[in-house]
Amino acid sequence: MGRIQLKKVQKKFGDVEVIPPLDLEINDGEFVVFVGPSGCGKSTLLRLIAGLEDTTSGMIEINGADATDAPPAKRGLAMVFQSYALYPHMSVRNNIAFPMRMAKMSKEEQNKRIESAAIALNLTDYLDRKPGQLSGGQRQRVAIGRAIVREPAAFLFDEPLSNLDAALRVGMRMEILELHKKLNTTMVYVTHDQVEAMTMADKIVVLQAGVIEQVGSPLELYRTPRNNFVAGFIGSPKMNFLDGTEASKHGAETIGIRSEHIEVSTTDGLWQGTVGVAEHLGSDTFIHVHGISGCEPMTVRTSGDVAVRHGDNVFLTPNDAMIHKFNKEGLRI
Amino acid sequence: MARAVSKRTKVLNTTVAGALGFLLFFPILWIIILSFKTEEDAIRAPLEVLFDSGWTMDSFSAVQARSDYLKHFTNSVIISVGSTLLGLLIAIPAAWSMAFVPSKQTKNILMWMLSTKMLPPVGVLVPIYLLFRDFNLLDTRIGLTIVLTLINLPIIVWMLYTYFKEIPSEILEAARMDGAALREEIIYVLTPMAIPGMASTALLNIILAWNEAFWTINLTAANAAPLTAFITSYSSPEGLFYAKLSAASIMAIAPILIMGWFSQNQLVRGLTFGAVK
Repeated sequence: MGRIQLKKVQKKFGDVEVIPPLDLEINDGEFVVFVGPSGCGKSTLLRLIAGLEDTTSGMIEINGADATDAPPAKRGLAMVFQSYALYPHMSVRNNIAFPMRMAKMSKEEQNKRIESAAIALNLTDYLDRKPGQLSGGQRQRVAIGRAIVREPAAFLFDEPLSNLDAALRVGMRMEILELHKKLNTTMVYVTHDQVEAMTMADKIVVLQAGVIEQVGSPLELYRTPRNNFVAGFIGSPKMNFLDGTEASKHGAETIGIRSEHIEVSTTDGLWQGTVGVAEHLGSDTFIHVHGISGCEPMTVRTSGDVAVRHGDNVFLTPNDAMIHKFNKEGLRI
Repeated sequence: MARAVSKRTKVLNTTVAGALGFLLFFPILWIIILSFKTEEDAIRAPLEVLFDSGWTMDSFSAVQARSDYLKHFTNSVIISVGSTLLGLLIAIPAAWSMAFVPSKQTKNILMWMLSTKMLPPVGVLVPIYLLFRDFNLLDTRIGLTIVLTLINLPIIVWMLYTYFKEIPSEILEAARMDGAALREEIIYVLTPMAIPGMASTALLNIILAWNEAFWTINLTAANAAPLTAFITSYSSPEGLFYAKLSAASIMAIAPILIMGWFSQNQLVRGLTFGAVK
């Protein structure tokens, strides 16, 4: 069981309010991702849940019990840190055993759990090494191993993949997801990478300046962003925003259109512009088009390899049904 | 990228460095030479000392006959090791709290502690002497241990603080998440990681305490006198006994030199910790 509820939770550092009173519900077995630009308070929020920071006011409930003032160890949560935070003087085996040792678990049970964690995480050959002798990916696996053996109510991940290189990151992403499917335990995951958020989450929590902008499934956020911040933050490449006359034609202050919802033609279309940079990815082509009023540059995504070059004249037509409209306050209309 | 150094520059650098090293070492070398001479030979012109006189162990036997080397040596060991252990006992919790639970005043307290080292010790000699007299601590090993602990405490706290600061707080947080209480966090995680730093702090402080001459000479007479007081007894108003003074000095510094030699790697690593990882 791993149900976490935040009720009017607030955090101040001195006089600075990092997180204004906030409510959030994390259900048992959910994979929840906190995402937002750096400094948005997502890590602080995770640390509040972990108990590594004290709440200024409000209440944190874990499985229905008030855990606001409980020390980290008593909350039944396990955390995986960005820097792995392994104990450098202990072998991999002792690192993984540490939480069980603290819980005074029997030696047999400890060994049993270490063995099964090692098999699950491919660490069997490295159990007697020190963390310093392992690669980044292996260290991260040890950190995860140390978290699993406790059989926690929920796992907390604080940007666990940002120290890994791109290829390894995709692999570890899959491993964490498979682990989630297998254990079916609540996971709360902090990242600044919206691709990670989109691919991993059951539920995404978008934060900005300590405020929850929107909570929803990845596709909900993608299709119906509540405001222009969420619209711009979720999705890659970034949503194109237009204001001025184009927007008022749709009765809005600003309109947004995603790059894949624009058609490119070399002969005719609604907007005319010139190609700046064309990024050929093979499967897709991202074309950055200049000269369209109210949006500079506009990014268009087309399937396959499209033969356009720098300086070419192109015509763009948006799919009207896919246009997002926002009012003066930036809220979705 | 490594900078290219010509062979000539290398030779020049080596020569200059060697000459400087020799210059620094020369006084000790001269003491070693004098300690193996007779008193008459020791006061002759330097070249005559080197080439025109014999070698003898007489000074060493004379020193041993006049004073009890072993007693002074024991005093030195007890005082330097004792004050270091006592200092660590006080400084570890102090540095721990300043490094991991800092308050707004932490930096000021550290600076204030360091500022006490800027005061000339002679400025507080009279009050400390009177306190020692009233508490019957004059010429006692316990008194000297206390005074040297206090003298070196700022340095111990500063060094430990720097080492503790280097330990990533995430590792301690991980221990907390893993269920370690404060005691377990200190025993199983912090201490093993801080041992190299504590060892070099201890080494440096043993050396400082061993060589401390002001308080050890002024607060002792016979019973608790360590090796520093033992050397001074050979520079007396009746005249300087160069050969015996040299022999006594060699006997006093030899133990700490040998210890320093064997632990130099640890010392250098400790002193540059943080600057060079």
